Amino acid sequence: MTTMTLEPPRLVRTKPLLEIRDVSRSYGEVRALHKVSATAYPGEVLGIVGESGSGKSTLLRMMNLEELPDSGSYHLDLPDTPGDLFELDRFARRMLCATRIGIVYQNPHLGLLMKHSSSGNVAERLLIAGERRFGVLREKAREALSASEFPLERLDAPPIELSGGMQQRVQLAKAIALEPALLLLDEPTTGLDVSVQALLLDTLKRLQQERKITMVIVSHDLGVIRTLADRVMVMRRGEVVEVGLADQVFQDPQHPYTQQLVHAKL
Amino acid sequence: MTRVLDIQALSKGFSLHHLGQDIAAFDAISFSLDAGEFVLIKGINGAGKSTLLRTIYRSYLPRGGAVVFHSAHGPIDLARAADVDIAHLRRTEIGFVTQFLNARPRVSAEALVAEPLRLAGESADAALHTARGWLSTFGVKEELWQAYPSTFSGGEQQKVNLARALILPRKLILLDEPTASLDAGARAALVARLAELKENGAAMLGVFHHPGDVADLIDRVIDLTPDAAPEEDREDVAV
Ligand SMILES: Nc1ncnc2c1ncn2[C@@H]1O[C@H](COP(=O)(O)OP(=O)(O)OP(=O)(O)O)[C@@H](O)[C@H]1O
Ligand SMILES: Nc1ncnc2c1ncn2[C@@H]1O[C@H](COP(=O)(O)OP(=O)(O)OP(=O)(O)O)[C@@H](O)[C@H]1O
Ligand SMILES: [Mg+2]
Ligand SMILES: [Mg+2]
Repeated sequence: MTTMTLEPPRLVRTKPLLEIRDVSRSYGEVRALHKVSATAYPGEVLGIVGESGSGKSTLLRMMNLEELPDSGSYHLDLPDTPGDLFELDRFARRMLCATRIGIVYQNPHLGLLMKHSSSGNVAERLLIAGERRFGVLREKAREALSASEFPLERLDAPPIELSGGMQQRVQLAKAIALEPALLLLDEPTTGLDVSVQALLLDTLKRLQQERKITMVIVSHDLGVIRTLADRVMVMRRGEVVEVGLADQVFQDPQHPYTQQLVHAKL
Repeated sequence: MTRVLDIQALSKGFSLHHLGQDIAAFDAISFSLDAGEFVLIKGINGAGKSTLLRTIYRSYLPRGGAVVFHSAHGPIDLARAADVDIAHLRRTEIGFVTQFLNARPRVSAEALVAEPLRLAGESADAALHTARGWLSTFGVKEELWQAYPSTFSGGEQQKVNLARALILPRKLILLDEPTASLDAGARAALVARLAELKENGAAMLGVFHHPGDVADLIDRVIDLTPDAAPEEDREDVAV
């Protein structure tokens, strides 16, 4: 394989919004991540694909500051957040994660209080950020749910009574309520039936275009990644084996594992 | 003449690891392209025409050589430029026109066509207005403008695709058989638009199923058939 090394960016002068460097993490004998680095530029969608257990969700939890690596560093190019975010104390990490980062998990139970109202779930985010006025909370929760194309007549229904697609919209509303700089999506459409999946994808695409949110999306569904991602990173056994423009990774995959992955889907 | 593209010893092949196969597409191709020039690529099936265009656009990673593009920000080697720089150039200076539309669920034809203008900073209204103009020029029926192209006929999708791909002027336009399966009216509209873009200085490199359509635009021909003369000038064109 004679892939030429690429140069650093010259035309795009903005700094990456997200820069995670050489993170490694082991759980006992399991090496979940080994020297993984990733960047995402402002407004860009980075797709992550890879086999089961390759460390994708672990990496996303680190980007969400829920979990720390054994080694490695993490920078977000935001005002008032200089330095390595992994060095912040627990409180500062939680605050940053609640106010500047949004996440949607595959399993809505991880992201939502299933028995509270949907609007309450979204408002909780705003409460953490310090909003106390009831009217404002309700209005902002409503706005975020509406932007996520959640049916507003179900505002007060608890997620447990909603369909999978609607639960994902509540997670999404919660994630975008504070206009985060970074939106993390871990298999957001898995388990939804195809038509519901298409609608959710469409909502994501629209939000991305209208709000220019930087996104990192993990999915086993290459169609989802193809629809949304500008660049794609391929992971295997805790390592990055390939990264490139989405069309290049899909049409001219370089690594044997990527070739296998792409051709299996054709 | 203002230089737009310098291709130097460009090589491309594919290693198919699971098959233990290596497919050579082309080796050490060199040529250049000036502003306002229209170069036809020809060659037998499998000669590497599409591969050459995709390698320049960086949908394919070259194996060796250089693709120096003289961008508004100075020369940059597309073979080695960072992914984000390539993405930037695709939004602003380099266009790729194929016969296939990338339809998206619940995005109307007019919105798809207007999108490049909106991304370039035009107001939604102005972009939509221009988009409708081009849909009409390429012969897409007005009742389809607000419909979703995923259900359109092949030809209708192709017209939407052309409108979208050619709505913005570009410094370099790559064309891979954009006329295949188009009706005569749309073909004429396409050729007129290409003539206009050429007149305004766009450099174009294209593969055409019926090169006769664009005969009046062609300045040079590059033949990728193995053992063919590497380059012919306009007088030699046998289209
Ligand atoms: N908290 C934990 N404790 C122990 N092992 C863990 C923990 N988190 C992750 N692992 C292990 O780390 C490895 C990577 O897991 P991760 O969930 O990141 O994979 P993934 O790429 O998201 O896989 P999938 O595609 O199946 O979701 C797995 O072997 C997993 O069992
Ligand atoms: N993504 C790819 N992966 C592997 N091999 C490829 C790929 N794309 C092209 N090739 C191979 O490269 C060679 C050149 O193909 P290419 O599509 O460029 O030919 P072409 O000149 O455009 O032919 P046609 O006239 O049929 O369109 C062929 O042998 C083809 O199989
Ligand atoms: Mg996972
Ligand atoms: Mg071809």
